[in-house]
Amino acid sequence: MSDLSTSNPAAGGPADSELASSWTVRLRESAVRSWPPERLLPDSQPSYVASWIYVFGAATIGALIVVITSGVILGLKGPAWWHDTGVGHFFNSVHLWSVELFFFTMVVHLWGKFFMAAWRGGRARTWISGALIFLIAIGTAFTGYVSQQNFDSQWISTQGKDAMNSVGIGAFFNVTNFGQMYTYHVLLLPAAVVVLVGAHILLVRRHGVVPPLPLGKSDGGPESAAVDGEAGGAPGLGRPEQTMPSPTQTGRPQ
Amino acid sequence: MGVGLISGAVFSLNQPARYVHWHFFDMSVANISLIIAMLIVFALAIVLPFPGARRRAAQRSAGRRG
Repeated sequence: MSDLSTSNPAAGGPADSELASSWTVRLRESAVRSWPPERLLPDSQPSYVASWIYVFGAATIGALIVVITSGVILGLKGPAWWHDTGVGHFFNSVHLWSVELFFFTMVVHLWGKFFMAAWRGGRARTWISGALIFLIAIGTAFTGYVSQQNFDSQWISTQGKDAMNSVGIGAFFNVTNFGQMYTYHVLLLPAAVVVLVGAHILLVRRHGVVPPLPLGKSDGGPESAAVDGEAGGAPGLGRPEQTMPSPTQTGRPQ
Repeated sequence: MGVGLISGAVFSLNQPARYVHWHFFDMSVANISLIIAMLIVFALAIVLPFPGARRRAAQRSAGRRG
């Protein structure tokens, strides 16, 4: 039993064997093993993170926060407000342009991670969750465009219905049904995006930020291999423990 | 296609979008501009030095020697 146990049979508390079978204890201990506090909220990052290409993941999250905040305000005030008032126009524009920024930064983040082969070192689930976020975000944006309640949304939905019907999902995903599209846009798809972004961040914290691809031995010498936590291993097969940078690799001033 | 025409299509949204059509390729000027902007930002993110990166690398190598 770990030191997280609080059993005290003498005082009438549960025995260790009872605690071991408790799902809350197992979940807690598993979470602490996977995300110890110093890994969940680190005070330094590996030195290779000091590059602009590592900024775009955080920038995407920043844009997502603005998207959700402006979207909540638009949803609370309603279509008449966002169409007919100056402040409503402003928040409508903030919502649109934050979505543009969200996709802009997400695509640059995706390119950076793709050319870095970011699925290395046991990070396959991090890569897959990111890809799922990208795909679901496209659906979220699409349902937003058809929920605008204007001629633009009418045009997009009447064009889009043919695509949905051609793949056989038009009966379940009716893009001309405002209520259905609005529910997808403000509840189901954003909830999926937020949950997956949370899982994505936890996976990044668990496995560490992916290091750059190692340089050839003639180019980078021993340091290039030392930076890459999976040096010598097969791509994608490294264990999480092998991928975390050692303290000497962190950017903390020595 | 002049620069004025491209910038007008990008920044004035109060008109139908202008499209570049070439064989199978069909894309609005706004979308092409956005993709080019993303490529430029991607290249700059790789090339431009990150503030403080050299100082931290020097401190690290000094710590390793010392």
